[in-house]
Amino acid sequence: MTQHNQGKPQESLNIVIVGHVDHGKSTLVGRLYADTGSLPEGKLEKVQAICRQQGKEFEYAFLFDAFLEEQEQGITIDTARTFFIWNERQYIIIDAPGHKEFLKNMISGAARAEAALLLIDAVEGVREQSKKHGYLLSLLGVTQFAVVVNKMDLVGYRQDVFDAIEKEYREFLGQFRAVPQQMIPVSAKMGDNIAARSRHMNWYQGPTVLDTLALFKKEQVRSEQPLRFPLQDVYKFDARRILAGRITAGRLKVGDHLVFSPSNKTAIVQSIEGFNVDPPTSEAQAGQSVGITLDEQIFVERGEIASHRDSVPLVSTAVRVNLFWMGRRPLEKGRKYTLRLATREVACEVSTIHRIIDTADLAQLQESQSVAKNQVAELTLRVKSPIAFDLSSSFEATGRFVLVDEYDISGGGIITELVHDEQEGLREEARQREYAWLTGDVRSEDRALQYGHRAAIVLFTGSAQTGKTFLARRVEALLVADSRHAYLLEGENLLQGLDADLSAADPSFASERVRRYGEVARLLIDTGLIVVSTSKTFGINYQRMAEMIRTLVQPAPVIAVHMSRAGEEPPPNTDLHFAGPQDFDAAARQIIEELKRRGVLIQPSGTRATIQYSI
Amino acid sequence: MKHLRQLEDQSVYILREAYKHFNHLAMLWSMGKDSTVLLWLARKAFFGHVPFPLLHVDTSYKIPAMIEYRDRIAREWRLNLVVGQNKEALAAGMNHTLGRDVCCTALKTTAMKNLVEEKGYTGIILGVRADEDSTRAKERYFSPRDKHGDWDFRDQPPELWDQFKTTFPPGTHIRIHPLLDWTEINIWEYIKHENIPFMDLYLDRGDGTRYRSLGCAPCTSPIQSTAKTVDEIIVELRKSNVAERAGRAQDAGRGMEMLRKKGYM
Repeated sequence: MTQHNQGKPQESLNIVIVGHVDHGKSTLVGRLYADTGSLPEGKLEKVQAICRQQGKEFEYAFLFDAFLEEQEQGITIDTARTFFIWNERQYIIIDAPGHKEFLKNMISGAARAEAALLLIDAVEGVREQSKKHGYLLSLLGVTQFAVVVNKMDLVGYRQDVFDAIEKEYREFLGQFRAVPQQMIPVSAKMGDNIAARSRHMNWYQGPTVLDTLALFKKEQVRSEQPLRFPLQDVYKFDARRILAGRITAGRLKVGDHLVFSPSNKTAIVQSIEGFNVDPPTSEAQAGQSVGITLDEQIFVERGEIASHRDSVPLVSTAVRVNLFWMGRRPLEKGRKYTLRLATREVACEVSTIHRIIDTADLAQLQESQSVAKNQVAELTLRVKSPIAFDLSSSFEATGRFVLVDEYDISGGGIITELVHDEQEGLREEARQREYAWLTGDVRSEDRALQYGHRAAIVLFTGSAQTGKTFLARRVEALLVADSRHAYLLEGENLLQGLDADLSAADPSFASERVRRYGEVARLLIDTGLIVVSTSKTFGINYQRMAEMIRTLVQPAPVIAVHMSRAGEEPPPNTDLHFAGPQDFDAAARQIIEELKRRGVLIQPSGTRATIQYSI
Repeated sequence: MKHLRQLEDQSVYILREAYKHFNHLAMLWSMGKDSTVLLWLARKAFFGHVPFPLLHVDTSYKIPAMIEYRDRIAREWRLNLVVGQNKEALAAGMNHTLGRDVCCTALKTTAMKNLVEEKGYTGIILGVRADEDSTRAKERYFSPRDKHGDWDFRDQPPELWDQFKTTFPPGTHIRIHPLLDWTEINIWEYIKHENIPFMDLYLDRGDGTRYRSLGCAPCTSPIQSTAKTVDEIIVELRKSNVAERAGRAQDAGRGMEMLRKKGYM
């Protein structure tokens, strides 16, 4: 609304006001503004006049409940942002609705807060939404909060009433280790302990609400953490190829070696770009939206997380999470959702609903097939392809996510555990290998320019007798005829040579064969080849094998082609699917088109290439 | 100036999200201080470039100096400027004496809706701020509008952390508000810090008055002020308790809630 006429603010802090409906949140905000002289001239008088005219008693809440409907029903429908300045700090006060119908609005308000005031009505005591909001604050990562016990005037300013509420609520919060910074007895209506100390409650010696706001600290520690830089976009507006994004933790300097996860690509920061920044900066830290250039034009995409090598994010295809659901329809196992984590978007589904948490008493309800609106649950989520992330206990921004159902953000949550998948060992192998990978003076870009294509692997999967090998040979031949450098990597050839020391009786025989196959493919890819491969030699376990190869050849582009008999579902991550009797020439041409579309074939053969790496 | 850097970082992040997710994106530019700061932030976000068109809804009643300023900046900053106007309503003689709500709706809201429909924009970036009026205080950074351009404020999408509503059914569009957390003083502090060119209508040019908010000439009045520099404006605002849009006629009564429900910016 407006500023208070105090000194120049040095910083600003977002505060959310939450609590059960009718416990007096909007009244508290109204009173805070009135008592600090922060209301615009005439505002108080104008609202009082409207009240007289409509024959109802003036309430401070009317100052902020802007919508006609809000004033008519006497409740806040949506979160409002208001501003005031006190003691050199600007506060953005977010007044969140307390009615359970509007929980998603409360959550939107709380998600952007750095601290919170949670209100409890002294007459009604701890209610359903008092508990739910307390729990959600903790889930949303708002650890800095004070509990305000309001309407003390209606209980005769009695200490025993306050003490009982304090005891009950602290016990509740203790169950999830949340600790309020203060518990403050107030009357927002009468102005007790809001800006001025109450004369009715000498038994309370602690700070007023206004004092408490000043005691809230601005979060600084994020820049002391290891670096997390989720890539937002890649720009090529002029000669510079700029990687843009917001640093969510740590610091980044010119000259730093960066690792991108999950692709494992590496490069050195060449510059930090800016507009109207003089002199240019050489260092940036958490919270800043920046743009950097790299020493090498590596192909990296939005959604990857850059870090330093000594502290990389986790990578998996499954995570255990705490989630709250706000969707129009319930969250269900097996349905497809989009998971958004920092800047990454990936298809996902719920594989297990471990339990629903009743936020009123934190009881755990077992065995459910779905999560209803406004419920909190513990789940395991599986994503279609590996994601880089952190546990929310160690990193805030890369440890939380939202779920999108169709067009709508319908759930949000925090990651509590990495769920081990069977690719974990291979993923770590690929990661360590990529970090330590040595090359000559020829860069992969130089090879791509020379060959007219980037390196990649075309991976054919499918059950026996579906024509995989036949099609793979056709693709190899077509590529070579078009002057591309392609090679069919035949698994049987490895069996007789590289794998000759393996015994088929050994339980690890199959997985060791795939591992070796994958590492050979990785070497061939580094030579700049388009490797054509089939899962034929691995028999019926082709799906698992294909996943392992995919993990091992990371960060090379994979074009997955699945062949099946009519009516079969292709495995996840399939790029092209051919079912039933095939026109193999048409299929081969389609694969060539896909290679063009993916930017692997970057020029008509015989002409000089210009590589467009930007995405 | 740490708080200005924080505001800038958040706005830049929002602009980049908008550019990433919307193929048909445009920014509304009224040449006022807010949307000019917004334009500057776009140049920050995209390293000196503005990779989408700037829309100006010309009611034909703007102060002439505003149009001169618009054309000069558009030339100097190489902007892709698109001007929209409700010619039909103007030909039929629409003006503020027929009623301010009617006039605003016809010449601004309808003109913008027509422009959005004609060009097929799915994302419109606007410079509205939460501290301007109490309905704007309830806005989201990414705020959907239905097929008629209307705002369903009772059922706004959740906005969690830095995850915004970037997917939407065909026929609807999203309003994007990167300046929501900025106050009037922040705008001036930033103009000073970045040395952004602005119209001198905001300053006292000798007659003891200046404009605090710019709109159409008939419906915007200057305020009593002797502020001749940005610094003096900031000092004046720190002392003032008068609402910024007090000089804007359409804000009277419940005007803004009604206008904004119907798609006003």
